Amino acid sequence: MKTLRDAEIGSTVKVVKLHGEGALKKHLMDMGITKGCQIYIRKVAPLGDPVEITVRGYELSLRKGDAEKIEVE
Amino acid sequence: MSLTIALAGNPNSGKTTMFNKLTGANQRVGNWPGVTIDRKTGRIRGTDYELVDLPGIYSLSPYSPEEIVSRNFLVNDRPDAVINIVDATNLERNLFLTLQILDTGIPTVIALNMMDQIRKLGDEIDVDKLSRELGCKVVPVSALNAEGIKELVAAVGEVAESGKAPEPLYFDGDIEEAVSLAKEALKGKVPDSTLRFNAVKLIERDEATIKEHPEADEYVGRAVKALETKKDDDADSIIADARYNRITDIVGDVMKKAPRDERGTLSDRIDRIVTHRIWGIPIFIGVIAVVFLGIIGFAWGDFEIVGIGTYCTDWVNDVFFGEWIIPAVTEWCEADGTYSAVDALLCSGIVGGVGAVIGFLPQMLLMFLALCILEDIGYMARIAFVMDRVFRHFALSGKTLIPLLVGTGCGVPGVMASRTIESERDRRITAMTTTFIPCGAKLPVIAMITGAVFPGNGLIAVFCYVMGILLVLISGIILKKLRSLSGTPSPFMMELPPYHLPSAVNVIKGTLDRGWAFCKKAGTIILLSCIILWFLSSYTPGLEYIGDNATSADSILAAFGEAVCIIFAPLGWGDNWELTVGTITGLIAKENVVATFGTLFGIEAGESGEGLEGVLASMLTQSSGLAFLAFNLICAPCFAAIGAMHRELGKWKDTAMAVAYQCLLAYAVALIIYGFTSYIGGWNSLVIDGSVVEQAAPIGSTIAAVAVLAVLAYLLWAKDPFRQLSGKEAEE
Repeated sequence: MKTLRDAEIGSTVKVVKLHGEGALKKHLMDMGITKGCQIYIRKVAPLGDPVEITVRGYELSLRKGDAEKIEVE
Repeated sequence: MSLTIALAGNPNSGKTTMFNKLTGANQRVGNWPGVTIDRKTGRIRGTDYELVDLPGIYSLSPYSPEEIVSRNFLVNDRPDAVINIVDATNLERNLFLTLQILDTGIPTVIALNMMDQIRKLGDEIDVDKLSRELGCKVVPVSALNAEGIKELVAAVGEVAESGKAPEPLYFDGDIEEAVSLAKEALKGKVPDSTLRFNAVKLIERDEATIKEHPEADEYVGRAVKALETKKDDDADSIIADARYNRITDIVGDVMKKAPRDERGTLSDRIDRIVTHRIWGIPIFIGVIAVVFLGIIGFAWGDFEIVGIGTYCTDWVNDVFFGEWIIPAVTEWCEADGTYSAVDALLCSGIVGGVGAVIGFLPQMLLMFLALCILEDIGYMARIAFVMDRVFRHFALSGKTLIPLLVGTGCGVPGVMASRTIESERDRRITAMTTTFIPCGAKLPVIAMITGAVFPGNGLIAVFCYVMGILLVLISGIILKKLRSLSGTPSPFMMELPPYHLPSAVNVIKGTLDRGWAFCKKAGTIILLSCIILWFLSSYTPGLEYIGDNATSADSILAAFGEAVCIIFAPLGWGDNWELTVGTITGLIAKENVVATFGTLFGIEAGESGEGLEGVLASMLTQSSGLAFLAFNLICAPCFAAIGAMHRELGKWKDTAMAVAYQCLLAYAVALIIYGFTSYIGGWNSLVIDGSVVEQAAPIGSTIAAVAVLAVLAYLLWAKDPFRQLSGKEAEE
């Protein structure tokens, strides 16, 4: 299973499914990360975490540990 | 009839600006019942509508306190209308909240904000079409330029008076079938007006709704399962996907985006440098260094930078109060030929005490100004982004850094800034530890001790900041192991708003708000404690007035200091009760430590005179001086900051626990410093009458310090007793 964590910087991926549950999953969806949406991986912070992505036209930063819950292709 | 209007929207959608534009100066700030989130209300100008500003939220989920407050207000308190402020440059995500608001059935007007930006980008939005598709009024506005405000108020009035509920946006047949079933199950249990909202939330597997209506949940359980099987996904994802799919369709219909510059917007280009993999951290350090050197200054031997803030503060203390106010008040008091106890209370108790605190205002205002600018242009969010990794390691998030930075100016707004942290646990830990960072008022104490035992050594100040940060991080690990602060950390997800030029109004208002919060504290709690302290130092235990200043050796305070100074003997303070008394008066304002010594040692003003440092050098060795400094920096902060902590923590019991933790930690750190560093060559000597007198090695303190170190190590590395309740270990 490929997750957002493994996606390369500068690439665009498509969300297949959200794993995890409760507050985390709900929060990911509230921020616009849902099945089928496009995510562009912009960059990673100087210390290697978190990552910055573009989703639904805005910039969002999230930790790699949370990005792991997002299955992409 | 007076109507209640709620203002709801995403964070960063321009909600605060809009609220200020709608209400003018006519607003009240309080807290939501039970939670420490700002509750702002005000009257919309030119009407008798009451406007309630809901906290900025992304969704009506029941997870963060902000979401719960907003949801309860909309669903239970039923305002007459909602103004949903929507950032037009970020339409898709903003409409996600809109769709949930429409489900509540409250008459809604959408304020489509940032239309000036849309024009600048060359984009086009068909407002009429958007209004038709959403089934509610849409008014294009620009809160920043005050465009469309009149039209918005008129539309809100019309919608609120009519009381007509908006048409909800229906989902596809399968989902609607389940929603109808949920409506049936909830009928009679919730008011008809919120039936659809609750029904959709039930299908969405919303924890709060399920908990409230377990029978209804049982009733729809099979239908939800069937829906999940049919769509091959979880019910919560199905609803969120359906909402977003609908939004994507609507936005596709109404919005025409102009082609973007290939190199990205100016904001993108700035961001590429500011959060660069290599340059990000040096830039952060550079920005902070400029702010600090410019405002506070730095000294190393003969090399000295005088900060603007320090310069202004010195002026206020030495000239404004020292030469103008205090002499004038004294003269006025003595005009009747006597200098009674009441006159003394006024001159040295109130004017002297409160004045010492107000003296820090210029420095603090400049610090707030700098930080407000960094916040307004969007750099603060980047700091959190760049530094998150460091803080996460200690169970905190990058957002903890923002209160710490504000706290370098003054702990009061620093503690208040912890409010921006979503995670309840992180927020409480941050509120408890922010004051470990040396604030402006602690600088004179640092300067005094440095002058006494390590003359001209600028590294002592650096050590103080480093120690503060380390203790915040260590506390993050220790405190999360307490039952009341345990629990799963909430996810760190943060929007990085585009950079923009600072808005003068926002920056000035933010600076003055924080400065004013500090002044209010100075006028109330600090005033009161100054009076009490003046009384304690001007009367003997037999309640005989002994006049203020040099004679206070006979005072109640001195008696108390003598009684408790045994507690501090292991820290190398000896039997010098003045040190204890100084520490106690530091509770009013930390720079009082210096003023108190001045009084007790009978040395006339001029805060860091050589005489004062000479006396201190005969009482404190290098090691115990450092221990004294560490204790004073870390222990309970001033009353004003304790008050701010109480506001954030909510209960006096929790506040007392927090203060106890700070004092214990301060004692532990001071003991470790004294117990270990006394063995460094030349660190264990007093200077008495110009000659260096070597002191006996503090064996007892060293043994105690080893024990304390062992306890701290245990607390740091002990297994988190609450960890296995959540997280990975539970799954295995």
